[in-house]
Amino acid sequence: MKILVCISHVPDTTSKINFTDNNTQFDTNGVQFVINPNDEFGLTRAMWFKEKQGASVDVVNVGGAETEPTLRKALAIGADNAIRVNTQATDGFQVAKQLANVAKEGGYDLIIAGRESIDYNGGMVPGMLAALLNANFVNTCIGLEVDGAEAKAVREIDGGKETVSAKLPLVIGGQKGLVEESDLRIPNMRGIMMARKKPLNVVEPVEATAQTTAEKFEKPAPKGAVKLVDPDNLDELIQLLHTEAKVI
Amino acid sequence: MSVLVYIESEEGKFKKASLEVASYAKGVANMLGTTVTAATFNAEDVSELGTYGVDKVLKINNSKLKDFNAEAYADALKQAADKEGTKVVVLSQSANSKYLAPLLAVHLNAGYASNVVSLPESATSFVVKRTAFTNKAFSFTNISTDIKVVGISKNAFGLKEAQGAATAEDFSPNLSEEDFSVNVVSVDKAKDKVTIADAEIVVSGGRGLKGPENWGMIEDLAETLGAATACSKPVSDMGWRPHSEHVGQTGKPVASNLYIAIGISGAIQHLAGINSSKVKVVINNDAEAPFFKAADYGVVGDAFEIVPKLNEKLKEFKAKNA
Repeated sequence: MKILVCISHVPDTTSKINFTDNNTQFDTNGVQFVINPNDEFGLTRAMWFKEKQGASVDVVNVGGAETEPTLRKALAIGADNAIRVNTQATDGFQVAKQLANVAKEGGYDLIIAGRESIDYNGGMVPGMLAALLNANFVNTCIGLEVDGAEAKAVREIDGGKETVSAKLPLVIGGQKGLVEESDLRIPNMRGIMMARKKPLNVVEPVEATAQTTAEKFEKPAPKGAVKLVDPDNLDELIQLLHTEAKVI
Repeated sequence: MSVLVYIESEEGKFKKASLEVASYAKGVANMLGTTVTAATFNAEDVSELGTYGVDKVLKINNSKLKDFNAEAYADALKQAADKEGTKVVVLSQSANSKYLAPLLAVHLNAGYASNVVSLPESATSFVVKRTAFTNKAFSFTNISTDIKVVGISKNAFGLKEAQGAATAEDFSPNLSEEDFSVNVVSVDKAKDKVTIADAEIVVSGGRGLKGPENWGMIEDLAETLGAATACSKPVSDMGWRPHSEHVGQTGKPVASNLYIAIGISGAIQHLAGINSSKVKVVINNDAEAPFFKAADYGVVGDAFEIVPKLNEKLKEFKAKNA
């Protein structure tokens, strides 16, 4: 089985979010970048397929040279090859187009992407990629088994979960649950050394026109001070929620 | 030309989020000088939709669409959009809507914006405000394609009742075998339990509760309030509560009217995930917990004393105000 894991290069979850150039650009100053957490769960599941079922695992990112350390980290975790599509995509559709091209050329059986990136939260890349490839698609995937050309996937739904079956080729929108948090791997020294020697191919983009543009950004208005209620006067809290906040 | 809305039902009732989406669609239709068409799946009585601005309903009744199927639903909606000459498709941000939206967008050659919280700036410039960076920021996003797909964040726009009645007609899209290549094997869904996605109120517990055996008081409080229960990331990582209850950056987002955090310190990832909730209450024994900076109301003290007491008082309040 040939697996492609799509890796988004995103600010660490603890990052302070700021913007520059008159609030039109994300301020990367002092920001630590990581593998998008939703992608990392997928990558770790792919490692399981590699170790237990002999799958090969390639990773791909659409971005500039600054994203290479993130791809190297994925190699250090255990991916075999990395591909970087050398373009600064401005929307999810452009990313999906580039990924579709890589996926087509590589003839992958299983393509795993995170359900969304934690930066722009578009939530569109896996689905668009599946539609562009005319492949089956399972979103918010929290469990995945593959037997030959048949996959069984568990998908999170509102209020529960659903098990579905589908044939490969399959695109997965992954998230926590594909593997447990405790299954995530921190690259060891050997992995890091080996990752330096693994291929990282830079490919040029295909033509793709953006459909959406983030024109500017804004931070939420600062919060007013919290109203503290004495623990011995919980009636006051109920009154505040009833008459002031009007939520009960 | 009409604005198309995807309406979701649950156990024979329209979901509130879908009625909100209809209200939003009416707002867009007014800006564009057009009408609202809703697509329903296996719904019987659709008259309620008229109250929320829908002018016409395309009733899709097909036993093969009994279970949600993203590809088949997306195909049906695509054909409905073609029939209506739709330029704007509006849907909610339920798990199912998020699943089918990107498929539908590709089929329609449409640009898609998710997590949208405002009407477009104007009829000529389709710039919508959406949340990004897990609620740490907003992005003003221009959808430049001819056809646009818009996903509306829950509780962002609100229900707007309108005067009017919707006409209804049957619509039978041509579905192919390919539409049914992902098949549901089994569904595991708690009955009669409020889900985090649909809940008006969410009661959430953190590590401060010391262990899963102490969740009874969280469930009791949730029951009194008709709320969903949730938890912080460490709690789900330790296996005290199921993943499905984990809210925060890598868990579920929460956009309820009221979010009550009990024994949750308020890590930046957690706060990001619940930031879209309108009113936040924190109960924590550590007055320095970061959550107090993000909350509207706070009680500093021992949750094990406060929560049962609050529950009793809320029961009295509910009884009086019933």
